[in-house]
Amino acid sequence: MDILVVGLSHKTAPVELRERLAFPPTAMERPLREVVTLPSIAEGMIVSTCNRVEIYATSRQIDLGIAQLRKFLADYHRIDPEELSSHLYDHQGEEAIRHLFRVASSLDSMVIGEPQILGQIKTSYGYATEYKTAGLILNRFLHKAFSVAKRVRTETAIASNAVSVSFAAVELARKIFDTLDDKKVMLIGAGEMCELAARHFINNGVSQVLVTNRTFERAEKLAAEFSGRPILFENFADHLHQVDIVLTSTGAPNFILGAKQVDEVIRLRKYRPMFFIDIAVPRDIDPKVNDIANVYLYDVDDLQGVVQANLKERHKEAKKAEGIIDQEIGQFYRWLAGLEVVPTIVALRQKFEEVRRQELDKTFANLKDLGPKERKSIEAMTGAIINKLLHQPTTLLKGAQENGTDDNFVDAVRTLFDLVPPQPEGEMKTLEDHSEKD
Amino acid sequence: MSPNILLFKITLLFYFCATVLYLVDVIGRQERFGRAARWVLLGGFVVHCATLTARFLATGHTPVSNPYEALSFFAWSIVGIYLLFDLRYRISVLGAFCCPLALVLMIAGSAAPKSVGELNPVLDSWWFPVHVTLAFLGNAVFAIAFVAGVMYLLQERMLKSKKFSGLYFRLPSLNTLDAINYKCLTFGFPLMTMGIISGAVWANSAWGGYWRWDPKETWALITWFYYAALLHGRLSVGWRGRRAAIFAIIGFLCLLFSFLGVNWFLSGEHTFEALRGR
Repeated sequence: MDILVVGLSHKTAPVELRERLAFPPTAMERPLREVVTLPSIAEGMIVSTCNRVEIYATSRQIDLGIAQLRKFLADYHRIDPEELSSHLYDHQGEEAIRHLFRVASSLDSMVIGEPQILGQIKTSYGYATEYKTAGLILNRFLHKAFSVAKRVRTETAIASNAVSVSFAAVELARKIFDTLDDKKVMLIGAGEMCELAARHFINNGVSQVLVTNRTFERAEKLAAEFSGRPILFENFADHLHQVDIVLTSTGAPNFILGAKQVDEVIRLRKYRPMFFIDIAVPRDIDPKVNDIANVYLYDVDDLQGVVQANLKERHKEAKKAEGIIDQEIGQFYRWLAGLEVVPTIVALRQKFEEVRRQELDKTFANLKDLGPKERKSIEAMTGAIINKLLHQPTTLLKGAQENGTDDNFVDAVRTLFDLVPPQPEGEMKTLEDHSEKD
Repeated sequence: MSPNILLFKITLLFYFCATVLYLVDVIGRQERFGRAARWVLLGGFVVHCATLTARFLATGHTPVSNPYEALSFFAWSIVGIYLLFDLRYRISVLGAFCCPLALVLMIAGSAAPKSVGELNPVLDSWWFPVHVTLAFLGNAVFAIAFVAGVMYLLQERMLKSKKFSGLYFRLPSLNTLDAINYKCLTFGFPLMTMGIISGAVWANSAWGGYWRWDPKETWALITWFYYAALLHGRLSVGWRGRRAAIFAIIGFLCLLFSFLGVNWFLSGEHTFEALRGR
């Protein structure tokens, strides 16, 4: 029994095709049931998000399973298989395991480290559980994927730095000021990005917001929203020395702040550092301001540059994540391989034989004057006991293998008799135990 | 090999391992190496304490009477002060800069002759270890300020030029580095002051007369005025950030000259020869 995955993602198909293949969340029962009814498929799960549609399944006949899943995707959505085929990818065995681990850890996402994908996979798994199309193998597999994703998030920094312009501004402020708790912000002008950044700053603990605008009513309105103070536009320069961070986004065609002005301000502040964020185009602040000591000026392009640098950093962290995934695949795959019936029967017999051998040796050592005929008798007896005991389990396991219900039995036998290879790490938890703050 | 030399070499090995671990943490971005580095450094410090004790027992006087001993003692103070800072500011990158500094001092020390010398009996009083310890601790604190200053300038350059290397992500915030600089100034200055005063008292007990304007004393006084001006500038005018960082770097270079240059290159009572009473 092996794991396979068939699907497409933002890496292999444009959105026009992806949307045609989407499975709406309200109607998951029918496609899930159709997947597991396919002759070669045992268990199945469907993941359908705006960036990928994938079917994870288990099958005894890999190639047939893959072919049937491909056909299913085309037929269910009434798409020409030829058209679809070049966009679909498939993986089996170790590669399928690696694929899900990578996807769940957000390594395959459009933005590495994004937090939504894990929740989306948990939801997909929820449907498979609800409609009982996930069995022993997919259960173990998904739980393992969740814990791998958690490891990747905590042990690497792939999700820890800002990849949006407004978060980048907050991050930069932290690199300058360390904590934002007692810092004051001045908002000059208005605009979506500006207000978003202001909101981020507030969420990250700034103590006060001053708002100014050419239209005083607008300033008042925004100030009320942010629980701040409105300032008359004519006077804003007088208040500059009081604030640590300045966000500007006015429609002014010229600079509203020049280098000389800021020089005065920083002197007044006894050179306590200041951070200027100029989101306006055309720019509000003279770029020469950046040359002043202890003053840092960033415009839109600069912030984009920070985002790029952060993305590069995430990619470096992604390498570490791949290493973690490599480790975890090996472990899981060994458990999967152990689910085979024949090696299990062999291992069980070996275990019984070991016990028999030990007891025979102990008994023969105690009964020293036993003749060869008696020895043979006792050996035959113990051998017969084992054979009779093993007969029923062996027949049952082989029979279960025929009708595909063997996985649970094999798993139980390995657990009950403590056979190698060992189980994968971690208890089998419920879905709730895997919930985490994203 | 005598025990104190052996312990010295073991200390050096510890510091070398700690340096490597810190560098792997910062460059290879493996945080657990930084944690390991801290423990290795702590271990090295303990061995270093044993080294100094052994040297003291072997020579019968505070172990600062020749370049080998002085460099070892200086490295010990730097590591000790850094570990104290580490309790408050858990910054692996700071370690990645300080540890190599200590290592370089140890390597320089190991290149110097290790002969045991007799201390000029005139100098043998309790003021010797007091003066030396205070002076070295003060120097070590200013060494941390120097390191923080270097890190500040690196980080500031990246924030101003908007070109970010991998180091940007590992360096702490500018404010943190400036705060470290300030703390060092407030701890280092009194230590330095007490070091000079205790030196004067010691001089009086040894030769009579508190001050003789020999090169070391002169340089120490110049450096003292320099740091006094720095402290004043910070408190009243607001010399912080970039300026404070540059001054901390220059100040430490002055200290290095005052510590090494005078003892080695110039003449006077503070030279190592004079300490041994030749």
